[in-house]
Amino acid sequence: MTSWFLAAPLVIPFVTAVAAFLLRNSETGRWVSVAGSAAMLVASLLLMAEVLDKGVLAGQMGNWPAPFGITLVADTLSAVMVVITAITSLAVVIYGMGEVPVRLERLGYHALYNAMIAGVTGAFLTGDIFNLYVWFEVMLISSFGLLVLGGTKEQLDAGVKYVALNLVSTLAFLAGIGMLYGMTGSLNMAELALTVPQVENQALVTVVAMLFMVGFGVKAAVFPLFFWLPAAYHTPRFSVSAVFAGLLTKVGVYALMRVFTLIFVGDVSFTHEILLWVAAATMVTGVLGAAAQTDFRKILSFHIISQIGYMVLGLALYTTTGLVGGVFYLVHHIIVKANLFLIAGIAQKAAGGNELSRIGGLYKAAPFLGLLFLIPAFSLAGFPPLSGFWAKFVVVKATLELGHWFVAFLALAVGLLTIFSMTKIWAAAFWKPHPDGIEPSLSRVDRGELVPMMIPVVGLAVLTMIIGLHPEPFVQIAETAADQLLDPTAYITAVLGEEAAP
Amino acid sequence: MEAVLSLLIGLLVAVSVYLMLARNFLRFLFGLILLSNAANLVIFTAGRLTEGAPALLRYGEDAPATEIANALPQALVLTAIVIGFGLFAFALVLALQAYRQIGTLDTDQMRLAEPRQPGAEADK
Repeated sequence: MTSWFLAAPLVIPFVTAVAAFLLRNSETGRWVSVAGSAAMLVASLLLMAEVLDKGVLAGQMGNWPAPFGITLVADTLSAVMVVITAITSLAVVIYGMGEVPVRLERLGYHALYNAMIAGVTGAFLTGDIFNLYVWFEVMLISSFGLLVLGGTKEQLDAGVKYVALNLVSTLAFLAGIGMLYGMTGSLNMAELALTVPQVENQALVTVVAMLFMVGFGVKAAVFPLFFWLPAAYHTPRFSVSAVFAGLLTKVGVYALMRVFTLIFVGDVSFTHEILLWVAAATMVTGVLGAAAQTDFRKILSFHIISQIGYMVLGLALYTTTGLVGGVFYLVHHIIVKANLFLIAGIAQKAAGGNELSRIGGLYKAAPFLGLLFLIPAFSLAGFPPLSGFWAKFVVVKATLELGHWFVAFLALAVGLLTIFSMTKIWAAAFWKPHPDGIEPSLSRVDRGELVPMMIPVVGLAVLTMIIGLHPEPFVQIAETAADQLLDPTAYITAVLGEEAAP
Repeated sequence: MEAVLSLLIGLLVAVSVYLMLARNFLRFLFGLILLSNAANLVIFTAGRLTEGAPALLRYGEDAPATEIANALPQALVLTAIVIGFGLFAFALVLALQAYRQIGTLDTDQMRLAEPRQPGAEADK
């Protein structure tokens, strides 16, 4: 029974992908995709309830006992990530009903989309390091397809860079897996947690840890490795950028959090110190990059990078408070960032572009849209009482607890610069009159397109407000997740049985 | 045998880095496939080499009578080859399509998604 709780959020998107592919030429395909995302949300909520009730869940696929078979494991962090994936997936698929043209649906948009969601979910749930590689690949190949779907010149150019750098990172990860297996003879992450400390040559373990850090670092778009992200995220459809912005980099952050709390904790003063400075540099370069951009989506893309820094910072501190902040930030960021990209799509439809110098007057035309923009924008910058305030607050508090004054200062300064970028978008897209003298208006947008595009934007904004005004339960869940990360005993016993406990 | 394979891996990585530093995207891809083969060989070598030993039991045997090869690294390499093949096929089609649409595979000229800022020309 436990296995079904774990497998359902994975099986549903795959089944949906197949069904949506077969029905790609009819209207039904779209609805199958929506129904699949809704079903996945139900399955993930059931999994979450089960995890909160019983603690870490583990299921052996095909009844091969761990560590020989492939294990699916859901601790609180995994369960939270799966729920948030399902929420984002549902929001974006509804949005896509208004935004993705029929031409792309016929090319298999929904099949690729659901396959990608399955890959993301698999990466969150797997308890086997090689299996994690396989899920990464499922996610990557579908995201490649989504990125270039439509095939404009910009998309192909972006695709070249995205594909090239992501493939290199995958190979670093793969080589790391090979060497880790060579040292320990195991691929099961719970067993690795037990065997890696027994390896004689700990220096080699650290070398392998670096391979993993580089591999996941590229996926997470951290400081010296992020160049593929701002080259690619502004070119595909808005639905695609939103789901990429929300989920893909976070899979990298999740993988970093998993291996650097479970497996590579032998030399924390070295590995996590690197992560700390990487995080600081990521925050700063991301926000400075954003300040130099003048395109709605390019600004948002650079802000993804800057925000990734806060999550990695939470991990690098390696304390309960730090990880609570990191996990909370992860959840908050997925909702807010996906929402901002969705709003950029509506703004483009209403004002006719994304380049800030060519649009304007949106506030007059659509004050409600302005409000909807301000909620996630202020949340991103960390204004109370929105979700971003609590996320930043906990991360900065944890930084100060360890006495990293300079990093805490950087984190706060980056928050200030984030406001600068957000007000730049606000002033240019919403306040100033339209440069061509035309009045942008939402009524120019077809109603059949506008309604499905507005519903998820409102929904995600409400979610941001709920987390901001009532953070208590969310912080508690993040605390449970952080405790489980710092003390992996529960994770190990869930997978390998009571007698394996260290 | 390990030493020979390690040297081969080193050579493959060196050649692939050389190719990947080229401006031409196609050369980059050839470098990438060499790197992927190097990664596969790393798994294979790190998983212990057992020369001439089968990875399977004879029919009717419960335990191996002779030395036996570890089947797991072979399975991992096989999986990685299949995945790598799929990704590489996609990347080649992408390169072809990019060449048709953009007219070049010189990555210095491929600046459509990130056009040069006015004024940045000066420092070139």
